[in-house]
Amino acid sequence: MTPAQEAGNSTDLEALARRGRQLVIESVAHSGAGHIGGPLSAMDLLVALYFRVLRIRPDETDWPERDRFILSKGHSSIGLYVVMALRGYLPIEELATFDSAGSRLQGHPDMTRLPGLEASTGSLGQGLAVGVGIALGARMRGLGFHTFVMVGDGETQEGMVWESVMVAARYGLANLTMIVDANGLQQYGWPLAPGGGNRGDRRDPLSGIRLRDALTAFGWDVTAIDGHDMEAIVEACLAARDRAAIERPMAILATTVKGRGVSFTEGRSEWHSRVATADEADAARLELAAVGDAQS
Amino acid sequence: MRDAWADTLIEIAVDNPDLLVLDGDLASSTRADRFAVAYPERFLQMGIAEQNMVGVATGLATLGYIPWLSSFAVFLTHRSADQVRMLVAQTHANVKIGAAYSGLLTGFTGKTHQDVQDLAIMRAMPGMTVIAPGDATECAAAVRWATKAPGPVYVRLARDAGPDLFDESYRFEAGRVISLREGSDVLIVSTGTQSARCLAAAEILASRGISARLLHVPCLKPVDAAAIAGAARGVRLVVSAEEHTILGGLGGLVAEILGEHEPRRLIRIGIADTWGESASNAFLLDRHGLSAERVAERVARESGRLDATAGAPG
Repeated sequence: MTPAQEAGNSTDLEALARRGRQLVIESVAHSGAGHIGGPLSAMDLLVALYFRVLRIRPDETDWPERDRFILSKGHSSIGLYVVMALRGYLPIEELATFDSAGSRLQGHPDMTRLPGLEASTGSLGQGLAVGVGIALGARMRGLGFHTFVMVGDGETQEGMVWESVMVAARYGLANLTMIVDANGLQQYGWPLAPGGGNRGDRRDPLSGIRLRDALTAFGWDVTAIDGHDMEAIVEACLAARDRAAIERPMAILATTVKGRGVSFTEGRSEWHSRVATADEADAARLELAAVGDAQS
Repeated sequence: MRDAWADTLIEIAVDNPDLLVLDGDLASSTRADRFAVAYPERFLQMGIAEQNMVGVATGLATLGYIPWLSSFAVFLTHRSADQVRMLVAQTHANVKIGAAYSGLLTGFTGKTHQDVQDLAIMRAMPGMTVIAPGDATECAAAVRWATKAPGPVYVRLARDAGPDLFDESYRFEAGRVISLREGSDVLIVSTGTQSARCLAAAEILASRGISARLLHVPCLKPVDAAAIAGAARGVRLVVSAEEHTILGGLGGLVAEILGEHEPRRLIRIGIADTWGESASNAFLLDRHGLSAERVAERVARESGRLDATAGAPG
């Protein structure tokens, strides 16, 4: 298998995701800035989408029938760039330019620089609205493609997300799927201090909130999956795309682990935007390689 | 002017099959409801959710549609400033912003709905074309132009009808400034519907022996800076006038141009770094020095001061 083609099975996808995680850590270490936690939590979702789900032509980025993908949680850009590089949208070597002056790989996705990006994102909460517009326009144009938008669970704190959720439901956009990368951690860290009392800032960010119920109540179909289970991701996404008659938008709540794949970044909020030292990057590469060896 | 906006969209929709109107539940105020009747399938009701509306328009534009937004200026430039900035301006999306109920004269809504910072905000966005038509004819021409022009365009729409400045031969041209009256003592530079009041002010000034030239700036960005600097060359006093804060809008623009190219004494007439209130148009225009009489008074006073200074010994 060459990486730039669709991957065949879950083992291939998992290998790609390990390679992707390694490239994320290396790229961020190289540029000296960027995010680690979010890109690693989203990596399996991104790999599954770009290698098994999306109907795309990396060499024809303006193909009208292509499925659309928008990374609304734009600070995970390096995760998207890595997967796009693996899929053949850009040379792997170009990842070394991430975040640097003149690069197509800006800190947050810039659709005016990199062909293949369907929206510019970064200020949180805005990608779903663009997805709603694309899905609505596709229906009006009679185009059969599907639009996927990935948001972070923390991102749902932005009020605008719910404006888009309401409008998508009212217009019955069955050609729209929102994937929530629910890694449960945000930049602040939300320390669960012992004896913290009822102070909201000591609680889990979505404490007391039933996102699934909320989206269901807003008229969306909702399914929940393990966001690191390749088969589950592919199945849920393909099922979401194949529901044109349903007339409801689809939400996939993907439970993930922030910093997934490297022991010392997993579940640690400080890795939201930390840069790996050379030693840490080496350690991460060895860990990811060891998992690969064990599974091959 | 809102009538001209809606009627023009209906008129040109025939030849522009990709033209859409997205409304934020204000169609009966903005007159977009007329478009909804004429082209129900091309009218998209987005509800009271302007930020999402801007995003949806951006998505539609990627598929070749030309979305016009219908809402009050304040909700498009203030509430949705970030969406207009990141989604529309930064990507040069082909989204047209029909900003109704702009300025002070918004029908007794008060300061919550009076947008007197829109020109400053929009002018500060790279790639945004910023238009403030002076009358219904210019508004119609600007809407036609904006629909054809690629990229984001902001059109400042007045709620109420005002005096006509132009006839049917008018053609909009981005950046062009228009001389509405010749004069030799003072240069008045105005924009939007304030230009009609300034034209009346110039008549009053003439009756008092002051010859005022009036330059109308329907497009603040891009703008023919050389034309404004050139017009200032022959006068001692330049006055900017706008139904907008004196910070960063037309007053800011003229100050920048004069400061860089043609230093002159500049008086900025407009909302003097304060908020409005709900009141009649006549009251608000008087209170903020924007009525023809008040503009004339101010210009005469400032001209007199200059004369006094010039005449003073040493």
